[in-house]
Amino acid sequence: MAKKPLLEFTDRGIYCAQGKFYIDPWKPVDDAVITHAHADHAYVGHKHYLAHYLSKEVLLYRLGEIQLQTVAYGETVMKNGVAISLYPAGHVIGSAQIRVEYKGEVWVVSGDYKVEDDGISTPFEPVQCHHFISECTFGMPVYTWKPQVQIFEDINNWWRSNLHNGLATVLVGYSLGKAQRILQNLDLFNGKVYTHGVIENTNEALRRNGVILNPTERITQDSVKEEVRKGIIIAPPSSVGTPWMRKFGPYSFGYCSGWMAIRGAKRRRAADRGFILSDHADWDGLVSAIDATGCESVYLTHGYTATFARYLNGIGFDAHEVHTLYGGEEEAPSQPPPEGEELKETEEKIFEVSPTGGDLEGAGTTS
Amino acid sequence: MKAFAQLFLSLDETNKTNEKVKVLKEYFNAVPDTDKMHMLALFTGRKPKRQINSTLVRTWAIEASTIPAWLFEESYHVVGDLAETMALLMPQSDVSSSKTLTEWIAEINNLNDKTEEQKKEWLLASWAMLDNQERFVFNKLLTGSFRVGVSQNLVIKALADISGLEAAVLTHRIMGSWLPETFQFAQLMEEQDAAENISRPYPFFLAYPIQETSEKQKTPEEVGATLGNAADWQAEWKWDGIRAQMIKRNGEIFIWSRGEDLATEKFPELHPFLKALPDGTVIDGEILSFQNGLPMPFNVLQTRIGRKNLSKKILEESPVAVIAYDCLEYKGQDIRAKTQSERRLILEELQAATAYPEVFRISALIKFDTWDELGQIREQSRAMIAEGIMLKRKSAAYQVGRKRGDWWKWKIDPLSVDAVMIYAQKGHGRRADLYTDYTFAVWDGDKLVPFAKAYSGLTDAEINKVDYFIKRNTIEKFGPVRTVKPELVFEIGFEGINKSTRHKSGIALRFPRILRWRQDKPKEEADTLESLKALLGE
Repeated sequence: MAKKPLLEFTDRGIYCAQGKFYIDPWKPVDDAVITHAHADHAYVGHKHYLAHYLSKEVLLYRLGEIQLQTVAYGETVMKNGVAISLYPAGHVIGSAQIRVEYKGEVWVVSGDYKVEDDGISTPFEPVQCHHFISECTFGMPVYTWKPQVQIFEDINNWWRSNLHNGLATVLVGYSLGKAQRILQNLDLFNGKVYTHGVIENTNEALRRNGVILNPTERITQDSVKEEVRKGIIIAPPSSVGTPWMRKFGPYSFGYCSGWMAIRGAKRRRAADRGFILSDHADWDGLVSAIDATGCESVYLTHGYTATFARYLNGIGFDAHEVHTLYGGEEEAPSQPPPEGEELKETEEKIFEVSPTGGDLEGAGTTS
Repeated sequence: MKAFAQLFLSLDETNKTNEKVKVLKEYFNAVPDTDKMHMLALFTGRKPKRQINSTLVRTWAIEASTIPAWLFEESYHVVGDLAETMALLMPQSDVSSSKTLTEWIAEINNLNDKTEEQKKEWLLASWAMLDNQERFVFNKLLTGSFRVGVSQNLVIKALADISGLEAAVLTHRIMGSWLPETFQFAQLMEEQDAAENISRPYPFFLAYPIQETSEKQKTPEEVGATLGNAADWQAEWKWDGIRAQMIKRNGEIFIWSRGEDLATEKFPELHPFLKALPDGTVIDGEILSFQNGLPMPFNVLQTRIGRKNLSKKILEESPVAVIAYDCLEYKGQDIRAKTQSERRLILEELQAATAYPEVFRISALIKFDTWDELGQIREQSRAMIAEGIMLKRKSAAYQVGRKRGDWWKWKIDPLSVDAVMIYAQKGHGRRADLYTDYTFAVWDGDKLVPFAKAYSGLTDAEINKVDYFIKRNTIEKFGPVRTVKPELVFEIGFEGINKSTRHKSGIALRFPRILRWRQDKPKEEADTLESLKALLGE
């Protein structure tokens, strides 16, 4: 029986032939459903976009004028008889899992997700389905996160001790997601929060979207160095080691990422402090999330796909590796070539090139 | 142990030398003296004896972590460090322990006469009372894989700051063999060194490279511009053997390698000449294999070093001799402060008096009047089985460690070959979870034959790009090794080449390393096995 699956993996992205739409496609298509606004999931060049309403302003800021339809979590949109609905993924503000149903068959595309409630993104909700397409960025058992309360206690203590030692404090995290999560959990009794322009642009987009964020001050040419040094600076990874950052020295710089769990990766970043804080599910989170869907089969799109699939198969799941171009936004141990790096955090709204860079692509695809 | 684990963490958290020294001082000021000596022993490479073999430790760790063995192995390849992998994979502990570093090491040493069952029981109980960071450090102690990202110099600097003693004095006092159980902190800190340790070597004086990288060769003019008048310098060949310090005191002899390993028993051929030296003599030199009065390539010596037992056959096939180049102690006096020329005269006198001139050789001085002339002589290095030329300022004292200024090594260009990467493996430490260890091949007809492994010489940015390529161009996986689509070409540098029966290619390279990534070369233009073998003739 050659029944075509409801969702299939193509060289443009995840495709629903019945509904004639793609989910997070990386090449231009007519109809794209977007899980969240990170560059490796939301590309420019599609004719029509569908996303959660909290992604609206960030998408418009990042992609420019696009034809965008937004929905709330749980709302249903029909496309050629296929029912599409969005459920919270807990990854960043506005991130969604995409549920696709046709004739009783249900697929869910997770996009990126985490199971811990970060206090700012709508918390992850497991969605029952037959087929689950999941990320597994941290699909190795060495990655287990502590509750964020503990991490932020460390961060706030570190900030205090920097103030005590006369050091400026620079905390590095991605401009959409990590930056707001940090902002909402800082102890503002310590001082003011200053932001790099790229981060502040994202904050402003979110505020236009009605998201209430703690007060921040954009760092400009007029910022008074001594004042900034008394607060905390939130900056994107691309600013590390730049003259922009150096002018606030002497400073201590902290890096927030799941990769900080491994000593080698931490040393490679050469951060003064590495905080193990991730917007992706850890090992236990992934296993419990997949289990909670009650799915018959699970497809792993990015991360330690081979290992995680083998593990899942060993404990009774029907797991498969699939090849996609996701996984650019959380700076993985293998960073994409530098050209791609640039694209992610610059002000330019050009994402015609894949953020993973074009020079080594298309040579072969085993992972 | 908490303080020691914290020390490790704090050292990891800073890249600044001053911060590291500060952290070390805080540690020294906070812990009991016995802990200080254990820490010093560990930080200077004196590991406790391994009491449980690492296969058992690993097996029990897998049991404790309750994951399948294959997943444990995969995790290890991601983490790149066994001690850390074990620490990360075990369930969190809910009790804690206040035992000191000294107490833990004593417990480890006590395992000596225990049964396997008792060892296992002890280990599982120990893991259960340590947190992640403590466990990591504890596993390092246990598996004898203790390495810190802190040079001995920094530890010495911290101790010097605390005690007011000179760093060079402290460096000398902790040379050689001592046990943290018996060498006391108070002894180390004494104003006058009262310790009677006849085996103790001096810290080695190490030369600075004239060219920082092998790609940027210095011309004789440039060398002259930096070093000044040629007449102020003594030149010798740079021998490629084992740097060693040989001691004769109180009728006893000791041979130390540069890694501070006592290697007296490894070189029985040297014993007669050493025993014949006057008491209170210390000689610095290079141990090499010799045949018919000529030095042999390093790999001959290498096969011998690897052996536990020196069979008669080995002694016959690769007999060793010393090329002496300095004298550090004479008639019981430390003469390191004398000038190079003065020490040289003493050395010549000692050598002239030996009854074993075939074994106790002296490093010949190279006569030269100008840097140009020396530059030309240097071209003959490979024929001399030397790595290049050593330059020593005639007026210089024998110093401690690698110092810029008075001792320089002027090495020759490495040999090089363009090769195709065909296998890749993940690295360790800072390079964990990145493909950084590569196997290279050259053409043999239309086949690629692997001939060398290398894992250094690329920038971080290049490593990222190559890693990215590997992950997307894997043909097959064999455990941790990936077969990669042959496409990327690298220039591989090496110091020497020899025939080998152990390698498929029939050759073995000395010190292979990546010189650069030839992004301009297609794989078809890589070198051939034939061209490599042609180098064997040299």
